[in-house]
Amino acid sequence: MTRQKLATDELPRKCREMRRTIVKTIGDANMGHIGGDLSVIDILGTLYFHVLDIDPQQPRSPQRDRFILSKGHCAVALYTVMAHAGYFPIEELSSFIQPHSRLNGHPCNMKVAGVETSTGPLGHGLPVAVGAATGAKLKSEAWRVFVVVGDGELQEGSNWEAAMTAAHGDLDNLTLIVDRNRLQQGDRTQDVTSMDPLAERFRAFGWEAFEIDGHDHAALAELLERPRGSGLPRCIIANTFKGKGVSFIEDRVEWHHKVPTAEQVQQALSELE
Amino acid sequence: MDTRELHDCRNAFAETLEALADQDANIVTVVNDSIGSSKLGGFRSKWPQRLVNVGIAEQTLVGVGAGLANAGMIPFVCAASCFLTGRALEQIKADVVYSNANVKLCGMSSGVAYGELGPTHHSIEDLAWTRPLAGLDIFVPADDVETAAIIRHVATNDRPAFVRLSRMGVPSLLPEDYQFEPGKAVTLREGNDISLLACGVTVCRALDAAERLAEQGIRARVVNVSSISPLDQQTIIDCARDTGHILTIEEHSVRGGMGSAVAEVVVENTPCRMKLLGFPEFAPTGSPEWLLDHVGMSVEGIVDAAQALLK
Ligand SMILES: Cc1ncc(C[n+]2csc(CCOP(=O)(O)OP(=O)(O)O)c2C)c(N)n1
Repeated sequence: MTRQKLATDELPRKCREMRRTIVKTIGDANMGHIGGDLSVIDILGTLYFHVLDIDPQQPRSPQRDRFILSKGHCAVALYTVMAHAGYFPIEELSSFIQPHSRLNGHPCNMKVAGVETSTGPLGHGLPVAVGAATGAKLKSEAWRVFVVVGDGELQEGSNWEAAMTAAHGDLDNLTLIVDRNRLQQGDRTQDVTSMDPLAERFRAFGWEAFEIDGHDHAALAELLERPRGSGLPRCIIANTFKGKGVSFIEDRVEWHHKVPTAEQVQQALSELE
Repeated sequence: MDTRELHDCRNAFAETLEALADQDANIVTVVNDSIGSSKLGGFRSKWPQRLVNVGIAEQTLVGVGAGLANAGMIPFVCAASCFLTGRALEQIKADVVYSNANVKLCGMSSGVAYGELGPTHHSIEDLAWTRPLAGLDIFVPADDVETAAIIRHVATNDRPAFVRLSRMGVPSLLPEDYQFEPGKAVTLREGNDISLLACGVTVCRALDAAERLAEQGIRARVVNVSSISPLDQQTIIDCARDTGHILTIEEHSVRGGMGSAVAEVVVENTPCRMKLLGFPEFAPTGSPEWLLDHVGMSVEGIVDAAQALLK
């Protein structure tokens, strides 16, 4: 596929620009999950602008790498990276959640070409990704499957059923990225259901697991592109901050789906200059 | 524009639950990272030990509720209705209903209350999913007064129950001294030309439509069918016999919801002309009010449907 990729040292600028798009889109729509959008955008930026073999002009090309955003409440981050990558015009983001818009509050694959599967209910992405990766193996296809989950989302048991299935199926074409921002909807994840030791849990389930800084584009790119062939599915625990990049949102639980005021939008945009 | 004071019924829910929990130490709550959306912040501050947050794990949520009931407690299991009923349907069937566990399932933000979040978060299938479960009481309050009455009822009755709650603003419709009776549909307005049967957030719209119809000389009976299971067969039969036309209006799929339940009674007892208003398919994105209007449940839409049915 022919899409132009960005070098890792160009990714920080791109992601800062996308952070501004996220803040504007949510401010205008008066809705959105800003904390999780800002924590995951470096991961999405690295995937869409450096790692994924995709062609926004041919979103359904059978040879494409598959990406699934399992934490579908962060639709604005996904729409933003897709718009910036050329799937649809950036201006269309202003239609987010408007009546009849195809940009639903949660991504729908029947409406937006390039979205692989509709998400929103947590704990669905990994099982679907396991199916896609199994299909690639059955067809001896080289394309890869990437899926992003939230750390709170890992409380859903379906993830652990899928984790066992993936290991059993030797799915080394599958990469799971955990957006480990340590916050969920109403509390710190640690105060709801402890996830630690997360990497060891995945290893115990038969995966290879790595822990990195989820805002470090070069580190993300290196791991995401590291050659396969181990026979093990790969889990990357990306340590992030919810609300990353905006001082008054960063690492604050109340910003799970709070909307910034017009004034706060301006402040956020200036912090993101 | 509705100029009446509108209430989020979750407030009546939370206040009533806290008052009951104050009297009865067996009352506990179980949530899926949904303390805020279930309005249980106050409950948690008062009784931190009596709120179990299982995290984002709905199957476990309902299973834990069943276990708490087994231990002699009265668990109120609170989660967004779409996930509570959809995700944990088998737990509801096996652990709660078939096992007759004394669990109160509280489906928050049901219907299209999460309009803009899209069909994954709409809960317009929850009645269809739960209605076949004989032994599960299903109640859909129309306003804040009925919400409080229903919560008091389920807390003091030893039966599995599903209470379908919205977060859409609705006006108070029922009198302060209203007594909820399971299995009883409440006639809110008399009339013999047509019957408008509604439940939940559509009851106020049905009443407004009846007012408009009266201006045109059409006398519409309005019935609040808040008790879906058990269902008030006699009132439905009376509506069919007395008015010959039944229009059902519900914030649910037209398949399998209150309208279907009414149609089952009608067809077996007193066949009459019927029309079911509700959602014909996955809804588009939009605000709750806009979505109801969009699928024909604006006051004008209800009036039009009533006139068409009478033709
Ligand atoms: C099955 C299901 N249960 C509950 C929710 C409601 N919900 C939306 S986001 C969220 C918290 C998610 O936390 P996490 O996965 O850590 O995401 P992040 O913090 O990155 O936004 C919850 C509980 C849901 N979308 N799906």
